[in-house]
This record gives sequence, structure tokens and C-alpha cells, in this order.
Amino acid sequence: MRYSGLRVIKEALSGHKGWTPAWREPDPAAHYDIVIIGGGGHGLATAHYLAQEFGQARVAVIEKGWIGGGNVGRNTTIIRSNYLLDGNEPFYEMSLKLWEGLEQDLNYNAMVSQRGILNLIHSDGQRDAFIRRGNAMILNGADADLLSTADIKKRYPFLNTHDARFPIKGGLAQHRGGTVRHDAVAWGYARSADKHGVDIIQNCEVTGFRIEDGVCKGVETSRGFIGAGKVACAVAGNSSRLMSLANMRLPIESHVLQAFVSEGLKPVLPGVITFGAGHFYCSQSDKGGLVFGGDLDGYNSYAQRGNLPTVEDVCEGAVAIFPMLGRARLLRMWGGIMDMSMDGSPIIDKTHIDGLYFNGGWCYGGFKATPASGFAFAHLLAKDAPHPTAAAYRFDRFEKGLMIDEKGMGNQPNLH
Amino acid sequence: MTQKNRITGGQIDRNTTCKFTFDGRTYAGHAGDTLASALLANGVRLMGRSFKYHRPRGPMTAGSDEPNALVHLRSGARTEPNTRATTTELFDGLTATSQNRLGSLSFDLLAVNDRLSTFLTAGFYYKTFMWPAAFWEKVYEPIIRRAAGLGALSFEDDPDVYDKGFLHCDLLIIGAGPAGLMAALTAARSGAEVILADEDFRMGGRLNSETYAIDDAAGADWAAALVSELANMPNVRLLPRTTVIGAFDHGIYGALERVSDHVATPDAGKPRQILWRIYTQKTILAAGAIERPIAFNNNDRPGIMTASALRSYANRFGVAVGQRTAIFTNNDDGHRTAADLHAKGVKVIVIDPRADAPRARDYEVLAGAQVVDTMGRLGLTFAKVCLADGTERIIECGALGTSGGWNPNVHLTCHQRGRPSWNETLAAFVPDGLPAGMTVAGAAKGDMSTAGALAGGAQAAHSALDLKGRMLAMPKAEDAPVNITPFWYVEGASRAWVDQQNDVTVKDVKLSHQEGFRSVEHLKRYTTLGMGTDQGKTANIGGLAIMAELAGKTIPEVGTTMFRPPYTPVAIGAFGGRHRGQDFHPKRLTPSHKWAEEQGAVFVEVGNWMRAQWFPREGETTWRESVDREVLATRNSVGVCDVTTLGKADVQGADAAAFLNLIYCNGFAKLPVGKARYGLMLREDGIAMDDGTAARMAHDHFVVTTTTANALSVYRHMEFVRQCLVPDLDVQLISTTESWAQYAVAGPNARRVLEKIVDQDISNAAFPFMACANITVCGGLRARLFRISFSGELAFEIAVPTAYGDALIRRIMAAGAEFDITPYGTEALGVMRIEKGHATGNELNGTTTAANLGMGRMVSDKKDSIGSVLSRREGLNRADDLRAVGVKPVDPTQPVPAGAHLMISDGPVNAAHDQGYVTSACYSPNLGHHIALAFLKNGDDRIGETMRLVSPLTDVDVQVEICSAHFIDPKGERLRA
Amino acid sequence: MIIDHPLLGPRDSAEFTYMGDARLIERPSPDSPDAAAAFYDYAYLRDNPAGWHRELWFHEAGDRSWLVVTRNTVTHEISKVEFASDVARAKGRSK
Repeated sequence: MRYSGLRVIKEALSGHKGWTPAWREPDPAAHYDIVIIGGGGHGLATAHYLAQEFGQARVAVIEKGWIGGGNVGRNTTIIRSNYLLDGNEPFYEMSLKLWEGLEQDLNYNAMVSQRGILNLIHSDGQRDAFIRRGNAMILNGADADLLSTADIKKRYPFLNTHDARFPIKGGLAQHRGGTVRHDAVAWGYARSADKHGVDIIQNCEVTGFRIEDGVCKGVETSRGFIGAGKVACAVAGNSSRLMSLANMRLPIESHVLQAFVSEGLKPVLPGVITFGAGHFYCSQSDKGGLVFGGDLDGYNSYAQRGNLPTVEDVCEGAVAIFPMLGRARLLRMWGGIMDMSMDGSPIIDKTHIDGLYFNGGWCYGGFKATPASGFAFAHLLAKDAPHPTAAAYRFDRFEKGLMIDEKGMGNQPNLH
Repeated sequence: MTQKNRITGGQIDRNTTCKFTFDGRTYAGHAGDTLASALLANGVRLMGRSFKYHRPRGPMTAGSDEPNALVHLRSGARTEPNTRATTTELFDGLTATSQNRLGSLSFDLLAVNDRLSTFLTAGFYYKTFMWPAAFWEKVYEPIIRRAAGLGALSFEDDPDVYDKGFLHCDLLIIGAGPAGLMAALTAARSGAEVILADEDFRMGGRLNSETYAIDDAAGADWAAALVSELANMPNVRLLPRTTVIGAFDHGIYGALERVSDHVATPDAGKPRQILWRIYTQKTILAAGAIERPIAFNNNDRPGIMTASALRSYANRFGVAVGQRTAIFTNNDDGHRTAADLHAKGVKVIVIDPRADAPRARDYEVLAGAQVVDTMGRLGLTFAKVCLADGTERIIECGALGTSGGWNPNVHLTCHQRGRPSWNETLAAFVPDGLPAGMTVAGAAKGDMSTAGALAGGAQAAHSALDLKGRMLAMPKAEDAPVNITPFWYVEGASRAWVDQQNDVTVKDVKLSHQEGFRSVEHLKRYTTLGMGTDQGKTANIGGLAIMAELAGKTIPEVGTTMFRPPYTPVAIGAFGGRHRGQDFHPKRLTPSHKWAEEQGAVFVEVGNWMRAQWFPREGETTWRESVDREVLATRNSVGVCDVTTLGKADVQGADAAAFLNLIYCNGFAKLPVGKARYGLMLREDGIAMDDGTAARMAHDHFVVTTTTANALSVYRHMEFVRQCLVPDLDVQLISTTESWAQYAVAGPNARRVLEKIVDQDISNAAFPFMACANITVCGGLRARLFRISFSGELAFEIAVPTAYGDALIRRIMAAGAEFDITPYGTEALGVMRIEKGHATGNELNGTTTAANLGMGRMVSDKKDSIGSVLSRREGLNRADDLRAVGVKPVDPTQPVPAGAHLMISDGPVNAAHDQGYVTSACYSPNLGHHIALAFLKNGDDRIGETMRLVSPLTDVDVQVEICSAHFIDPKGERLRA
Repeated sequence: MIIDHPLLGPRDSAEFTYMGDARLIERPSPDSPDAAAAFYDYAYLRDNPAGWHRELWFHEAGDRSWLVVTRNTVTHEISKVEFASDVARAKGRSK
């Protein structure tokens, strides 16, 4: 079924009787060419691109719960490609380009909204670093714009420029950055993959890998064995747990990152803004809620919830730059599990086990990467060669000393 | 201005009249009213508009679960959007206005959405607005955004103050209804430290809204007496107007006390609210239960509310919402509302879908009947009822109470991911999987009778505190069983609201099911059910039940709802506390701060430190003039700079040298006493972590410095190595950053200045370059002197105990007057270090190796040191690795800005041809042109090469020459002078 | 969270700075023939369990001791708190 405004009107006039399920609910087949573990954004995107771009239709996505129930449904919805390093920037720029055509590609309005993202500058050292980054972005074909405090004040008139402990000295903007309706990304990819013949199998938990003579033959699941030519893991938040079933240890620690939403408010923030002297970033959803977050709680956790010190730290940042927000109310807080890698950058690679592939370690940046991650993973699975923009996301980079460390924090995951 | 719906009774203070305005009209109410009860007393039912369809709405509840009656409270900078009229305590002078409307509240132009509702079903926006692609941001989204949202912020700074506080207790009791009060009394009499918190301004919970007696007193009076007894006990802290918002790890609860929200403006010195962190051993959740509505067509008109809300308005606030009132209930509790209202003189009729509904003597009960529709544009006028025999009857009513049963208020039991379980008898979820230390009592646990709540509360306190004595005697109270037949929505209803705030109807739930969004998480996300400011407190279970029925599953099979903190929305300002404006972070002031202020210094934030950036003199109009002067004066005569902010640590013990050998990549074992040495620290991954100096004051005593930025993290790292890696080395560490005031005195006349202050011989022979010593100054004050130089000049760093820092800077300035000693700030410091080619944070950016910095040979392979093994990985030792170089413009008038990238002179400009980047740049007044430090691929072999330096971001594209990073005195003659 | 410091009693976790897996105590010998591989494993690979986890916390705003805290990463329950130096000695890190 094709979605369109006309269709909405037709269905409305005929009592909405014609809408069909967005995806089927098939039982698992005995064997697939490719089994993707994880019905989150990355897994579903991988399935979509495998089917649509690489002609692979004998594909299943298996999900232990309901699709879109992991980090794709619990993030702060930001998209951007404002990276510094050559290992990252081309990849995220490809992602941003895919976002730009996503709705037409999927025939699903994920509300990709390029309302701009702005990182505030509070010191000369920070400005130097942001200029270097902005130049790297432009040299990689992305857009970047250095704004003066006056420029910023025009766009955010209620910003604290009169009494700030750390005065705002400008900002680095990426006008093509923005936000996307996160749940719709999972649903749009799922619907499209399903349309291309991919089986999306919910409530199917992987309990083990069947590995024979160093070759992965399929997965044991709560719904029985499913044979596979290739098994692709994309289970952000559960990477270490899943891969331990294949006796792998990963360069990953799982941490909790809290996020927050305010009550619905009439338009306040036109774009995404990031405080450079504290831990706070914020945007406003189309529904009117301020969606904001800050730093990791800082300790390993699979609890999907955090604690008060981080809540307070984030809100201190909020009222420091937007004193007006004191009277807005925080409605809901939640935590997601971040698979923090040892250099802050992800892994999209084969494992040492034939037929077993891995995609993970996205830290808190996985959402914006969803299209490119799906595309690059699909490329790797279909062609057995890394996509050029993801060529640096190798397992062996740590052993070889080829880290991609945007923040320069080294092998301590909670600092990335 | 008549309170035409005011009836007798209630716990309002009729002697105190409060005037207030709503949408510009003035009304009167009484102390003890809420804004909602006062408006209802005045006959005002219409208080807001719904989120999507802009349907007219009035209060649906009398509490914090309210979805509809949201207003802008107060005005100007104190405007609070989305404030529930049902919990807003009335005060004299209160002003409120309605929100989320275009036009007036009674004539909202956006109500057109309601007419278009057939097109605006759940998730319609995912299916359209895709063409043309560019129209989403430009056309559709702005329209949607303006229509969406609820209230509006003021766009002015919040003028109020918020405090944070910490409380400790043995037992925290959440909710002061019958269960909470009995728990409190039991605990208090045992001598335990008790905190009793309730969100309401009047403790007592449902007892305030009910008519039945406890022992021989009215429930509300019994509660009031008990509250006053508790208030007089020293081990009890009562926190009314305090919402416990979240259950966090290890018995830590967040609570918000609304200190001043019930007065027009906070009294002088009082905060608006306090965010408490309560540390408790045990917790009893006695948060009661929430009545849920029934869905039928047009069940959202002003005047339609939960039956218990009608009871609260009548019994507690003395308000009859309608003189004719209908009750639609599937359980016996709804009949109690009818009886109470009838007793107050309200004309009542009961509609109960149960064929065996209890009968009443004094009013009509329509058993086996259902409300199928309602009428009334801005407020309820008629209800249409389908009788047991299938015929319809129109009933005139100004109020309609619905009761679909009660949901135990399990919210806080879910905060640590406990999942409530389904109880068939109650047809409701009850707590399961509690946070450690929490027990639940009363209606929150599913004990719905008053007697059950009283006994449950006492029992909970008894076991939580492990009390040995006898239980308190229980007062007499009603003990009616729960009698309910689940009934969620009227068959055939479609425009029947499940979530009133977000306009989610039965039809939307059906569509969600039809399109495959069938799990609770999908249902919520697709329809927005439960996503409003009330977080679905009255809506979630109904939506879940309808989905269960459609899917042919039980309710628990569809899922449970997951509640997350906060229990009710909390002002962001309360979490922010006083950390805003200048108080966002603490300010660390250097020992010379006061003196520098006197000199008119310009300060800059360096982490939490405030450092003098430059010292402008009269006549200087740009910062560059001041900085150039400070640099030249230092290089030509002498300058002084406060360098206290550098991290300092004392390392002592017989194994101190061995310890330093481990943490620095270069060697320290052979450093003689009386000498300092530059040290480079690597992280274990082989990347440079920090640099500084280590000075050997004695065989077993080193003084180590770090960069300002890394003072904390380096010290932490040193302690890690000491405690975790070499626990038995004889070495002790202490951070001395704040113990010593330290000044750099630099320039050819530096020694002459210090000779006037230092008591010992500091001639070049006695105190050569890199010497260090414990000395005295000014005739006996203990001090430390280091002959180290960041500027490249003949320089000393002199340290005295911090308390003497201010005196020392004044003494140095006096001693240097004859040499025109010049104080310099961080800018001049930066210029001189770039001229000298010294690295700082811009170069040690967490990705650079010792080799990148040109110090590869310092990494000793003769000893173990942190980072040495991994620094040898191939990826960190490639032939074309970055090397630190100097950069100067070919045309000396051109800048060479930091952040610009280096390209081959005649090659393409793009990432694939990127050769490196400038890390630090400045104008060198000594050289008369800009200079910079850069990292350049294979830089050592490219000295003299002409390259192109580009910064497309800032429109820079200049030809530059690669040179040595040591622009000034490359042989180091000055610093040895 | 509350960490029950062996000397100082229960302290709010906000006083501490977290580092991660307590395995970081077990720094390999740089002299062994497989030192490169051992250091790679030490510095980069983690068990990252969903369950009990021994981890390093530094009492930054307190007595500056490094502690090994045994904490459940699913429930956040803490079962044991030890001085890291004691753990290190038990692991044979005495000279």
C-alpha cells in the first residue's frame, strides 16, 4: 500500500477500513540467506538496504521484543554530520544525505526536519577546535557555519548572554542538521523491508549461535533454530551480551544515558542547540516537548534508568543558558543503554567467525547514523567488503593503534 | 461574581475570600479551594482546549492526574504554562488564562481540527506531507508546530529561586491518606525518624473527599487530628505540598516541595520550590488509587468527570458541578458518589451497565444501561442513555460522573523497572517487583476499603521498622468489598476519548490495531496515548484494555504500562537549583586575583578558574595592544604571571623516583636532587596525556606540575597507579594545587628582581637552568623556587603558601618597579609559549603521541612506563605521521589561524589531500607577523616547504612556509642566561 | 547511588569518579613475549556483564582512595566494597 495525502483523504472518507498492517507477522522460515539480529533502527535499515539496494530478499530480522523498542525509540532524535576525523566524517555525511531523501525512499514521513544544529563556543581553545572541525566538515563536502554571538542571539533571543558564568563566544552551526521522528524511522524501514519481502519476526530472542568448524550456520532462538548463510548482529545495548554467546569479548562497555522531555510548549527553540560549557543539549519536537539530554551517568549499566545527580547536572545546564526554562516542566526521564566503544567510534565488521558479522559500539550517536549504518552493513553483508565510508570501523583498529577518537579520551568509554 | 454552584460543607475557609481572575474575568473563591473548584463554584466548567482537536474541556479529576484543565498560571516572567487547575491552591490575586487556543477559549479557531478529525487519525502524519520534499520544513511543519504544544513560555528569565536540600530518615511515607497516616502514627510512636510527604496542601487523602466516619468523627476531622498529633512529634517531619517524584537507587527519593506556589510571589528570602533528596532506609508507598473513566461517544465535554472528582468537589470543596448530575458506573463505588451528591441536595440519576446494579431508594438507578452519547457545545447539557431494553433516553444534566473502577497508584513502584501484575478481582494492576526497601499499603496496594487502608498502613510500618510491640488499636471504619464488572468502553463508540489530553479515541486504538501496532509500546507511540502532561494516569489502562479486547488477548498479555519519573512534571528550575547565572559553576580565584582586579585586569574563564587574560593600560584600545606590550616587556626586561592554576602534587617516599619513572615516559630515576625535569605522561593507550615538570626537592621528595586543565584527572591517574598498580611502593601523594601560590617571573631582569626577594643566592652558578630548591623569601618565609621557563626567557617560578600569594605579588611588583616589571596574562603567556614552540592542551589534544609532538625519543624503552607498550603499535608509528612544526605566512601581513588545514601548495583542497592542521596561532610582536604551531604529515622532512593554509569556514586561504616550531631563541640561550 | 566506603561509611556516589572494570588493576607485564597482545586485551576488551560487575570508583571528593565496588549492572545493587589497594595486593601486585 502506498501512502499519500490522497490516500489519507480517501481512507478518511471511507471509514479508514482500507488500512492494512504496516508489516506482516510471519513465522520464521527454516533458513535465510541473511539473518539480522535486532529489530532496531540499524537492523531494520540494514534489511531495507539489503533488499532494495543489494537485491537480497531472503532476509529475516529477528527481534526479541517489539521492533523499535530499543534505542531507536528512546533517543533525542538528532541528526548531524559535524564530525572531525576522516574515519567518521564521510560516513556521517553519507548518513545525512540518506536522511535527506529518506521519506521519499521509504514512502513514510519520518519528519526529517533540517532545522539546524548549533554547538556553542565558550573559550578560545574551543573556538580553535571548532574551526578545525568545521573545516574538516567542509573539506569532506558537508556544510558548516561559524556564527557570532550576535547571530546566535538573533535566533535564540532568550539565551543567557547577560549573566553567563561561561559567556557565549560564538557557535559552530550545521544548518543541514536537525531532528527526525525517531519511532517513525524504525517503522518506515520495517514497512519498506517487509514490502521487499524481508521477514520481520518479533518476540524471537536469540539464545545462541550455531557455530561449526569456525563457521556460523545460524541462530538458536526462542522460536527454534533459524539457519542462515550469514548472521548479522545489530543489537545496540546488548552487543556484549549477544556476542558473548559466540565467546567474543568486545571493546565495549554499556552505560546509561538519560534523556528528558518537557511538557508540550508552543514553539520556543527553532533548532538543536548544544551548550559547550556544561552538559546540556536541547531541541523541540513537533509536538512541542523540549527534548534534552546531557552526559552519561558514567557507570556501567543495563538498567535503562539513571539517577538524580545527572538529572540535576543536565537541568543546571538548561537554566544556565536558558534561564526562561526554569518554569518549563520536566515531564519524563528515561535511560537508554549505550554501547560505548573504546574510542567513541562504532564497529561495522566481520568477526573472526565466518558468517558472523557485527555492527555496534555506537555510543550515544547511533540514531543519526541509522541510514548509513544500515547501508554500510548491507554493503558488507552483500559484498563481503566494507563500504568505503565505513572502512575504518574495524575490530582490529585497537590492536593496530588506528583508533578513531573524536574526543581524544582514549580507552575509557564513559569519557567519550 | 456569585458562586452559584457553591453548596454547604467542605473544608474550605468561607471566612477568607480570595479574588482571582480567569481569562480576565474576576471571580471569588475561598481559601482551601483549588483554582478548579473555585471556577466550578462560579459555574465555569470550560477551562481549556485539547491538544489536537481543540475540543472544549473542563476538569476531569480533582487531582494531579488531571489531563484537561491546564492553564497559564500567573503572568509575565512568572507565567507557568500547563498548570493543572485541579491542584492549584487558590490565593488572593491569582491570575490564570486559558491556553492552546486561537481566539478565545469559547471560540477557538483551531477547533476546525475537530471538524477535520476524520482525516487526523492516529499516525496520519506518517502517511502524508511527503510531497514536495522541500515542503515539510517550509510549509507543513511550521503549521503543525504552531498548532501543537500546549502552553507558552514567557520568553523572560525565571525570576524565582529554587533550593535543593537533603533529608535523612528511617521511614519515608508517601501519601497522607488513611494508610499513610496510620503508618506514620505507628512509626512515629515507635520513635523512628519519619517523613510523611503528600502532594496535596491538605493532608488526609481521600478522607477529605469522603463522608464516612472513622470511629465517631468525620474522616477529614479524624485525619486533621492525627496530622496535628504528628506535627507535634519531634521525630516526624511533615511535608505537605510535597510530591515524591521518583524512587532512585539505594533508597534515595526525589521530592519537590512547593514552598511558595500558593502565594502570589515568594516571600523575601524564600525559594519558590525545594528539590529534596531524601535518603531513607525504608519507604511505604501509600499513594492511593486513581479512578478511571469509561469511554463513550463525546465523553470529554466540560462537566463530565470521574465520579470521585464530583465527590471531591461536593464533599471537600462544597461545590455541586451540576444541579442535575448523572453517574455512569460499573462498580459500587460510583453509587457512593450518587448517595453523597443526593445527600447534598443534588438531583442524581445512576446509569450502571450491570444488570444487577444495586438499587437506591432516593434516586433513579438505570441498571443494564449505558451512556452512549452526550450533548452541549461548550459544556455538558444532555446525556443520551441506552436502556437495558435497547430504548434511548435523553437525560438533562450539567455534570456526569464516570467510574470504571480504581487503579492502584503504582507509579513509583515502577521506577526501578518493577512490572505491576494484573489482579482480576480489582480488574486493575497491583504493585509487583518493588524497589528495595519499599512496601506498599492502602489503595495503592489494592486495599480499597478505609478499614483495609488503615490496617494495611499500620501493618506496613510495623514490618518495615521490624517493630516488636503490639499493633495500635484500629479505629472503626467502612469496610466495603470491591464489586466491579470490568467495563472499558461502550460498544460501537468511536469518538470516545481514551486519552483526553492527546485526543486519542477508541477509533485510534482500533486503527492502531488494524495497522499492526499492537503491543503497548507500539500503541503508545503510534497513537500518543499516555504521552501528555498527565502521562496517561487516567488513560493508559483503558487503552490497554481496548487493545486487549481487539487482539483477543488478556490485558497483561498486551503489556503493562511503564511509569517513569517524575510522578508529576517538575519545573526544570527546581532541578537546576541555584546553579544558574554566575553561580552555574563555582569560581576559583587565583591568589593574585584581588591584586589583578586592582590593576584592571581582564579575566577569562579557564575551567572553573578565573585568570587574568591581559592587563590593559590607559590609552590601549585593543586587546592586542596590551598583549603585544606585555610580551615585549617580558622579553626585553621582566614580566610576572600567576601560574597557580597549574596542577601541583607532592610525591614523597623512598620509591618516589621509581613511581615517577612509571608514570612518565621519560626517566626520572637519575634526576639529581635540586634539579627539575620536563616530563611527558602517556595514557596506557600510548597517547600523550599531560606534561609538566617534576622537581626533585630531596631524594625522597618530588614536586610535580600538571597542566591547568588536567590537574584533577592527572592526580586521579597518579593515585590509580599508586593504589591499583603498585600498592606497595613506598610513595605518598598529595595534591597541592591550592596550597601554593606560584608566579612565573620571566625576562632578562628576572633574576635581578628575585634577588631582592629571595634570601638565598640565585646566581646562574648557584641556581642554574632547571634548578629547584626549598628557599625562604622576604627574610624567612618558606618558599619553593624552580628555574623553569615556559616563555623561553630566563625565568623562575616561585611558590609560597597560598595565604602569602597576594603579599608576594605585591612584593614582586615593588621589587621589579625599577625594571618596569610588567604583569602579563594568559594571552601573553600563550604568545610566548607559541614563539618558543611549547605544547599545551591544543597540541596535547588526546590524539597525539610523543612522536607527533617531536618527543618520540623520550619514550624510554629501558624501563616500564604507562603507555610504553601500546605506544609502539604500528598505527601510531607510520611513516607519514603528523609532526609538530611551525608555520609562518609567506606574506607577513597574513594571518595563519588555528583550526585551518594545510594543503599541498598546488594540489586540490579537500579532505583526501589534507596534510595537517594548525593547533595554536598568534601574532608575534617579536617577529612582527603571525606564527602558528601545526601538525603536519611527515613534518620533520618538510621544513621550508611552501604550503597552502585553508580555512573555508572562515574564508582563509594563504600561502605559508613550514618552519621549526622554535621561533625564538631555538638554541635556548636566553633561558640559560 | 550510595557506596559504603570501607572507612567512611555510606557516601553518595556523586562524591566518586568512575573508571570501569576492576580488571584494570591487572596490568600485564611489559616484559612478557606477548606483551603487545596482553596490553591490547587489558586496555580494550571488556566482559561488560549484565549482572555482577567489579569496578573501580575513585573517592575524588573524599579520601581519594580507589575502591573496587561489586555492583549489579542490571539492578544497581552493591554487594561489596573494597579498597583497590587491598585487591591489588591480593592479585599479587606487591613488589
